[in-house]
Amino acid sequence: MTAAPTPGSREVLGPQEISRALIRIAHEVLERNAGAENLAVLGIPTRGLPLARRLAAVIADVEGVDAQALVGELDVTMYRDDLRRHPTRTIGATTLPAGGVDDRVVVLVDDVLFSGRTIRAAMDALADLGRPSAVQLAVLVDRGHRELPIRADYVGKNLPTSRTEKVAVRLVEVDGVDSVRIENEEGDR
Amino acid sequence: MRHLLRGVAPLGGAPTDLLLADGVIVALGADAAREAGDATVVDGGGLVALPGLVDLHTHLREPGREDAETVETGSRAAALGGYTAVHAMANTSPVADTAGVVEQVLRLGQDAGWVDVFPVGAVSVGLRGEQLAELGAMAQSAARVRVFSDDGMCVHDPVLMRRALEYVKAFDGVVAQHAQEPRLTAGAQMHEGVVSAEVGLAGWPAVAEEAIIARDVLLAQHVESRLHVLHLSTAGSVEIVRWAKARGIAVTAEATPHHLSLTDDLARTYDPLYKVNPPLRTAEDVEAVRAGLADGTIDVVGTDHAPHTREDKDCEWAAAAFGMTGLETALGIVSTTMVATGRMTWADVARVMSHTPARIGRVDSGPRAQGRPLEIGEPANVTLVDPAARWTVDPAAQASTSRNTPYGGMELTGRVVATFLRGRPTVLDGVLVAEGVA
Amino acid sequence: MRHLLSVADLDRDAAVLVLDTAAEMAKTQGREIKKLPTLRGRTVVNLFFEDSTRTRISFEAAAKRLSADVINFSAKGSSVSKGESLKDTALTLQAMGADAVVVRHQASGAPHRLANAGWLDAAVLNAGDGTHQHPTQALLDAFTIRRHLRGPDVGDPDGVGADLSGLHVAIVGDVLHSRVARSNVGLLTTLGARVTLVAPPTLVPIGADRWPCEISYHLDEVLDSGPDAVMMLRVQRERMGGPGLAGAATSAGFFPSPLEYTRQYGLDARRLARLPEHAIVMHPGPMNRGLEISADAADSPRAVIVEQVANGVAVRMAVLYLLLAGDREKGTEA
Repeated sequence: MTAAPTPGSREVLGPQEISRALIRIAHEVLERNAGAENLAVLGIPTRGLPLARRLAAVIADVEGVDAQALVGELDVTMYRDDLRRHPTRTIGATTLPAGGVDDRVVVLVDDVLFSGRTIRAAMDALADLGRPSAVQLAVLVDRGHRELPIRADYVGKNLPTSRTEKVAVRLVEVDGVDSVRIENEEGDR
Repeated sequence: MRHLLRGVAPLGGAPTDLLLADGVIVALGADAAREAGDATVVDGGGLVALPGLVDLHTHLREPGREDAETVETGSRAAALGGYTAVHAMANTSPVADTAGVVEQVLRLGQDAGWVDVFPVGAVSVGLRGEQLAELGAMAQSAARVRVFSDDGMCVHDPVLMRRALEYVKAFDGVVAQHAQEPRLTAGAQMHEGVVSAEVGLAGWPAVAEEAIIARDVLLAQHVESRLHVLHLSTAGSVEIVRWAKARGIAVTAEATPHHLSLTDDLARTYDPLYKVNPPLRTAEDVEAVRAGLADGTIDVVGTDHAPHTREDKDCEWAAAAFGMTGLETALGIVSTTMVATGRMTWADVARVMSHTPARIGRVDSGPRAQGRPLEIGEPANVTLVDPAARWTVDPAAQASTSRNTPYGGMELTGRVVATFLRGRPTVLDGVLVAEGVA
Repeated sequence: MRHLLSVADLDRDAAVLVLDTAAEMAKTQGREIKKLPTLRGRTVVNLFFEDSTRTRISFEAAAKRLSADVINFSAKGSSVSKGESLKDTALTLQAMGADAVVVRHQASGAPHRLANAGWLDAAVLNAGDGTHQHPTQALLDAFTIRRHLRGPDVGDPDGVGADLSGLHVAIVGDVLHSRVARSNVGLLTTLGARVTLVAPPTLVPIGADRWPCEISYHLDEVLDSGPDAVMMLRVQRERMGGPGLAGAATSAGFFPSPLEYTRQYGLDARRLARLPEHAIVMHPGPMNRGLEISADAADSPRAVIVEQVANGVAVRMAVLYLLLAGDREKGTEA
């Protein structure tokens, strides 16, 4: 199913730009960590997970390692600080790469970095799962407006937005199309 | 005190005028208006006139549970419900098993003055089902007791029941049986069937009622006495009574408004308002009870008005008391379920809610007779009903001390507008009238 | 989900969601750090009018693992046993700001009254009421069945996403007095399983013929039909014949003697051997060894009885999560 773009929205990243951004991030990760040894790439559901898989695939390709051994998913639902403000959320799966996260460099992957609250929850979740040697953060889009002292290590695109705007990330694995659009609240139906 | 009831329809027949004077119906039709003189005129256009209703089955709770009801408040409720007489059941505290207690209740009724209160005497001492109470003393007391019942408890010992049936023949009494086999109903909470299986409340099987009724009609036949079956609730019970009557056994039977209108499905709410004994039964049973009432197998509608305090109902089902109030809704329920549906006429209503109950209770003769026809020379006990009025039951507006009506919020057709007790209006325009006001 | 009073509150999808959520909860319980911050600041009251240490500690563990504050309120034996006390207790809990009340009560429908009488805003979770319902027991049973019998088919150790279609479960014993049987008949059939109740006729409630299950009086026949799971219910010795309780001369029992019951309806080694290879043996506990189940059967590798207890914590965590984590006015996310 392909989601129709909302009228009044504009595309800021297309399939090529997304792909290029991930390749660049992959190289930055490898450069900074001197290779893929000891690396774990954890996607935050929903759309962080396919991004993590793609990132791991590029890294594996470059380094000649098994992508499956790198990647995992980290559900942060039970660590969120806003559960009471929303209808009950469905808990997603948490799957770590074989060997867990102890003493590994964990790269958390999410689609959009906004308030920083999801990443805060992710770090708490991670702490309950083990003790990584370092935790880094990769995001496809950083749209600003942080509410916590959190900064991404790897950013696909910095996107200045107003708070009333909405950043809509669509990925083939979930939405049938790769795109990042900025939507006006008024443009929403 | 004179009242001219103008344009009322006796038993739903042709409209006419009724003149009530000095406690008696003194004139009918054109004569009534001619002789009215300074009589207070009650505009009865569109209203049905019934003989004052008589309840054979009321719990007034006094003495003992004045927190749930008193003779005063219960008889106010009765008047509002169109009643001019009620029989007060014996399961008070102390139990009405002596001449002293029945005379006390009689006096409380006279002091209240809203309706005639006829005490029912207990069959056994303390309702314990072991030893006959002093039935003769109660019969000869000022209360002139003719109806004897352990209601609330079943006279389950067949020998005791036989003796009671025999003994009351000496003064033309009747034993009114609460038919409930105790061993089959130990701990029972509701009708045993599909709903009880689902909601996990201990079952009260139909057979526990039917087995006692079957036994008792045979005992009544054997000793040639009168038996009255209280609050018959199952299709099987209707069949047994029908069979007994066909055999000429002197049995009469009662249905309550709730067994004519409500089913065991209501237990799914776990709201103890619907907890009653015998329990609400299935839709098939309700239909059989209605059919039995319509065809005369069931002789009377008795309210089984059973007031309970809030704390006895505002709790979990198993801890709650059995019973529901009924005096103020009985006519409305009978009207809605039986008259509005075309199954009974207003003459039938007069039969099952006035004439027959008075005859069974032996209160239908003498100067203070109840349940008499609306004829010249008869005591002026008259109930006026608006057959078309649609009204919504408001528990908080009831005169009973207790609020445990299962009909709150329900819309009924047919409402009591006025009640006259021996010519004195106790209710006018649906409102109580204190003595000496009108 | 505002309350969990009966398995009838759950349709197929809601039941699968509880089981899937329980699967995630179960995974967290294998970790070194078992405690989650999810219900921090929420207060769960365990209100037990009837003794049940096992159920209470299971709920207590579940609530604590989710970081809720737990208050245990044992009302048994105190003056809190009848009348308006349930209401007063509810008003007390309301005043204390309870977010959820886990209630065990000997009266069927008491949780229903707590939830619906307007005494209390908290979520009410039925932990067993009279002979009515025990929904978390049925959920943990369904979870255990799904894990063992559907997990391999769907390629997930917990069978996440699957229901119980195609499975046949026999429930054996005192159905009449059993809230476990009532809950399981409802839930297992909602999840697509076929259920056969096996009991002497005296222990089958009148009206059960309308339940969505089959009823048999013969255990051996049912075992020969190859059920996938056999659930043995606890039979209380006091239900048998003989002298009645204090004062009563005699009480007609539901079965003639424990020996006869065991002979007709007990699961022993001989009967265990008649079951299909893959079939599992369940019991809600506590067991009467030698009455409804022999030691051979209870301790056999097919018995998943201890696992049921462990799964109980995960299932109760899931239910507490679904009742309490979100905004209760906004329901559950699709």
